[in-house]
Amino acid sequence: MNRKTFLKGLAGAAALAVAGLPAFAQDTIKIGEINHYKRMAAFAEPYKMGIELALEEVNAAGGVLGKPLEFIFRDDQGEPGEAIKIAEELMTRDGAVMLTGTILSNVGLAISSLAAEKKYLYLASEPLADSIVWASGNDYTFRLRTSTYMQAAMLAEAAAKSDAVRYATIAPNYAYGKEAVEAFKKVLTTLKPDVEFVTEQWPALFKIDAGAEVQALERSKPDAIFNVTFGTDLAKFVREGTTRGVFDGRTVYGMLTGEPEYLDPLADEAPEGWIVTGYPWYDVTDDANKAFVDAYQARFNDYPRIGSLVGYMTVLSIQAALEKAGSTETEALKAAFKGLELDTPVGPITYRAIDHQATMGAFVGTTALKDGKGVMVDWTYKDGADYLPTDEEVAKMRPAN
Amino acid sequence: MTIVLETKGLSKSFGAIKAVLDVSFVLHKAELLAMIGPNGAGKSTCFNMLMGQLKPSAGTVWLNGQNLAGLGPRQIWRMGVGRTFQITGTYASMTVAENVQMALISHHGRVFSILPYAHRLYRDRALDLLALVGMADQADRHCAVLAYGDLKRLELAIALAHEPSLLLMDEPTAGMAPRERIALMQLTADIVRDRGVSVLFTEHDMDVVFAHAHRVMVLNRGQLIADGTVEQIRTDPRVQEVYLGGGTLFNPAEESADA
Amino acid sequence: MGFFIAQLLTGLANAGALFMVASGLSLIFGVTRIVNFAHGSFYMLGAYVGYSLMQVLPGMVGFWTSILLAGVIVGLIGVIVEICVLRPVYRAPELFQLVATFGVILVIQDLTLMIWGAEDKLGPRAPGLAGVVRIMGEPIPKYDLALLAITPFVALALWYLITRTRVGVLVRAATQDREMVGALGVNQSWLFTGVFFLGCALAGLGGALQLPKGGADLLMDFNILTAVFVVVVIGGMGSLPGAYLAAVLISVLGVFGVTYMPQSTLVLMFVIMVLVLMVRPYGLFGRPEVAGEHGQVGEPERPIKPAGAQVRMIVAAGLALLGLMPLYGSSFALVLTTDILIFCLFAASLHFILGLGGLVSFGHAAFFGGGAYVAALLVTYADTPMELAMLLAPLGAGMAAIIIGWVCLRLTGVYFAMLTLAFSQLLWSLVFQWGEVTRGDDGLVNIWPSSWASGTTVYFYLSLVICVGGILFLRHAAHAPFGYALRAARDSARQAEATGINTKRVQWAAFALAGAMAGLAGGLFVFSKGSVFPNELEIARSFDALIVVFLGGVKTLAGGVVGGVALEGVKDVLTRFEYWRLALGVLIIVVVILAPDGLVGTARKLAERTGLLRTPEDSK
Repeated sequence: MNRKTFLKGLAGAAALAVAGLPAFAQDTIKIGEINHYKRMAAFAEPYKMGIELALEEVNAAGGVLGKPLEFIFRDDQGEPGEAIKIAEELMTRDGAVMLTGTILSNVGLAISSLAAEKKYLYLASEPLADSIVWASGNDYTFRLRTSTYMQAAMLAEAAAKSDAVRYATIAPNYAYGKEAVEAFKKVLTTLKPDVEFVTEQWPALFKIDAGAEVQALERSKPDAIFNVTFGTDLAKFVREGTTRGVFDGRTVYGMLTGEPEYLDPLADEAPEGWIVTGYPWYDVTDDANKAFVDAYQARFNDYPRIGSLVGYMTVLSIQAALEKAGSTETEALKAAFKGLELDTPVGPITYRAIDHQATMGAFVGTTALKDGKGVMVDWTYKDGADYLPTDEEVAKMRPAN
Repeated sequence: MTIVLETKGLSKSFGAIKAVLDVSFVLHKAELLAMIGPNGAGKSTCFNMLMGQLKPSAGTVWLNGQNLAGLGPRQIWRMGVGRTFQITGTYASMTVAENVQMALISHHGRVFSILPYAHRLYRDRALDLLALVGMADQADRHCAVLAYGDLKRLELAIALAHEPSLLLMDEPTAGMAPRERIALMQLTADIVRDRGVSVLFTEHDMDVVFAHAHRVMVLNRGQLIADGTVEQIRTDPRVQEVYLGGGTLFNPAEESADA
Repeated sequence: MGFFIAQLLTGLANAGALFMVASGLSLIFGVTRIVNFAHGSFYMLGAYVGYSLMQVLPGMVGFWTSILLAGVIVGLIGVIVEICVLRPVYRAPELFQLVATFGVILVIQDLTLMIWGAEDKLGPRAPGLAGVVRIMGEPIPKYDLALLAITPFVALALWYLITRTRVGVLVRAATQDREMVGALGVNQSWLFTGVFFLGCALAGLGGALQLPKGGADLLMDFNILTAVFVVVVIGGMGSLPGAYLAAVLISVLGVFGVTYMPQSTLVLMFVIMVLVLMVRPYGLFGRPEVAGEHGQVGEPERPIKPAGAQVRMIVAAGLALLGLMPLYGSSFALVLTTDILIFCLFAASLHFILGLGGLVSFGHAAFFGGGAYVAALLVTYADTPMELAMLLAPLGAGMAAIIIGWVCLRLTGVYFAMLTLAFSQLLWSLVFQWGEVTRGDDGLVNIWPSSWASGTTVYFYLSLVICVGGILFLRHAAHAPFGYALRAARDSARQAEATGINTKRVQWAAFALAGAMAGLAGGLFVFSKGSVFPNELEIARSFDALIVVFLGGVKTLAGGVVGGVALEGVKDVLTRFEYWRLALGVLIIVVVILAPDGLVGTARKLAERTGLLRTPEDSK
């Protein structure tokens, strides 16, 4: 799909939103979408809305392979075992042609493992874990979102340009946190061998004892801090840190902190001057991205989050794969996804044949306060393709199929 | 006469309190021996030491010539000592027969067996024992619905399951109607006579004691103050003093206050 | 030195909310003997209510008024819960109320989501207390100092209320002897309601007070629950000074843990708990459990008999129907049935110790997840074939049960339950934080069956044979001398001991057997899902099994299995709806109130009353 038809689609969708949706014929192409709609509602809802927007556009433009595209949304309660059961149901009873979804990496990994075993195709849309495409990667799993490694590498690149030498890290004590810190350390040490990591703090996920963590960070007197905490942990960390002055005179590099999902709940207490990855939807000027933001706001009377963007791109990816494959057969789809190229609101992306990781990038910028709200300023979009390890390294990490 | 049970200098103190002090006595084969004394005299402490639930501070207990020092309730039971409780302890969720069968299963060392059906094991033997205590017709009733007197008799059947040579009965007739008391003690006396079992029991009801006991021991403040036949005890001035500060041991008013 | 003092102060400030929630739980338990699982939910409500009030009431006065009001409002919500949900079930077997409170958790979760939405709320800062005070050069937030002052004040006020007022006398008397207070003419049900108000108000106060240090979110309820249980158990159930000391101990050690062992923050708390309980089984200030406070109070269980010919025919027919499922059921029906079968075996294993042994375990997931992890670790690190892994899973879980049982069985009743919970949480935190081996929450993946068993149908048959076999084996064991001895130990440990039965060893063996069977279920589970994650060891998984056993009926042999089928079936249907937790919660509460004997027990009584079943001559 080129830029022009892409914009036409958007216009069509806007018209549709006003006119209301026609009832679809029975014969649709069904996609099984599994997510934690209940347990992580604040993240899953914008994602779902992104999907719905894209579906309306795709179907208004005539669907895919002559049929409307349909998503079956199912809640897995955030439990991997439950997700596996639902995946089976979607594939064997509901007639889904492939699976997508999940935010939590562990659920994504569980479905990915099922996909390889049962030969179902799975597009891991939002989970960040590197192992989904690397250590536990398999032939039937692809991943859309900018992975942990890629985002950490972008921040490490920014950090390498500063004078800071002594680094402290704080990350939730679970797989995502560990991967992020590991990637940040690896890339930063490569770029700037004289850096030193003076302390590593590992609060339990969503059980942070922020006062104690901040004291421990302060004690090590770092030049800069790498932060991976998010959600309620982030809110508590920012508040305690600001109160106790741990951020004074130090640059903080924050994974995901600039995403509206995380930044907005902080309201006027959003930290200033942090270098973060995120999604400055309010500022985008690029045509495609602006069109997406406008369509989204027109459709839902709400602004897009990063999840909305990922949900939207999930549909585009699946649509592109179906069209390229010309079939809904798993093997054909799998072949189509390998090396699949498509245009998205953030520009062209490729699903790399070597590890099935999409080259979706991320926005890196500095946080600031504007009208009592945290925003990203001085941001640039970094293409994900530039922040991946070498092919040899990737091949070494990925098990042979 | 063969000595079944013998204690020498049995003592127990809890901190500074001497609950039992230097108690020595013997129990012969086929003897029905009562241990009496006012509340707090140390009867229960004595019993608990005999059954191995309490460790004596000093003194020894000999059963059929074997020293019981350091043995727990289960081992003492295995050496042929049966016991009934002041407050009955039965298995409320089982039938009457199963209560007895459980003791038989334990006696035959098959507690951990998981193959046979428990309710079929040793049922005949259990029915015999229930017949002995006059409960054969209630064998398949739910234990939880039994009258108190029946529970007492059931407990007696349980205690007899492993054919003990010694039976320790703690207040066997407590909480029973007078007629039931006499019946139960008569039953006990019959068992002693027919099977040669020796019985040591504690009792508040002096009617029961004087009607059935072969011999009586009196405990006061942890010490054995008298040991003799019913006649000797009845006329022993120390016993009179302990119980009534001088009166007679046959005071109906006193008895009902006890019950 | 300054750093040390600062850490100490942080720990003491953290202890505030923890103490308030814990003291509320402790108070409620002391008087009503209810272990209120929903206490974390009241804490969460306190935060949300306080947050909303602070949006309306401005300034410093508004801030503190909001906190107080939040406590009162949450207390009143507690009163509603007590009157509507708990009053009808006070007469039910003890610990049955647990299930009702679990239903309350589900209801409150969904109602909170409905009212306040999914987004986390960041609490406002306390007006006038936003800055820091420098103590020996270390910055200490002013609000921390405020908390430091408030907590002892609340503790003292509580202490005064309990020890110096008439209400307190009644509460203490009720803690000692409920019947006696009733006999003295005190309206017991209003005393319970009053205590529930106080306990919930304390939880709400705790939730509102922590707002400036965090906020309100939907995960708060479970997040604080484990910590609160730990505090209450370390302090001693029902003891207020104990709760205070334990809250301080946990919080202060937690703060130092963050500095000196940052990777093991979760493990630390449970290690402390296990250590304290091993030295002082009833907590620092607890009193030994009074005999008889098990899950078996009330109407005694009926005698059991092996199934008659008629029942055997029905079961055989049902099994035949299951066995023929691949002929008429869809592939997904097989997957779903496999799930249910595995869950039933898990529930039946818990039922074995809970129903027959009266041993209420709050941590049975340790063995289910343990078995699953044993199998998964073997496959991951030793390339063990499925057949061997599935054999070693129950062995591993059984070994774990032998070790855990050895420690836990020194206690009885609620303390036993809490200690099992502590061990399962310890295991969970180990698996969660020992990422090098267990891969933490990324779990162990690609644990699939051997090729001969990888088809859905074959695996269904494998599960059918193993689960039904396991359940029948447990059922047979119940009828064997071993099962009888287990019941004997529960009914009268004194008599059992006096007739040569080593009750502790019987219970220990039963605990190990139940653990092994749960491990077997876990082994089947991991190969059916292809992966395992720490949440299979979580408290929620233990509760699942517990609820199933209670719902099915503790005092009936079929309780575990029937409850398992019912709950999994209902869940499969309900989870398709948006507010399924609300529906499930209400359903659980209704079942608890209408069927206090569990599904099987109540169905049997109904059948007897309507003449479908013969009433045994003895049960009146």
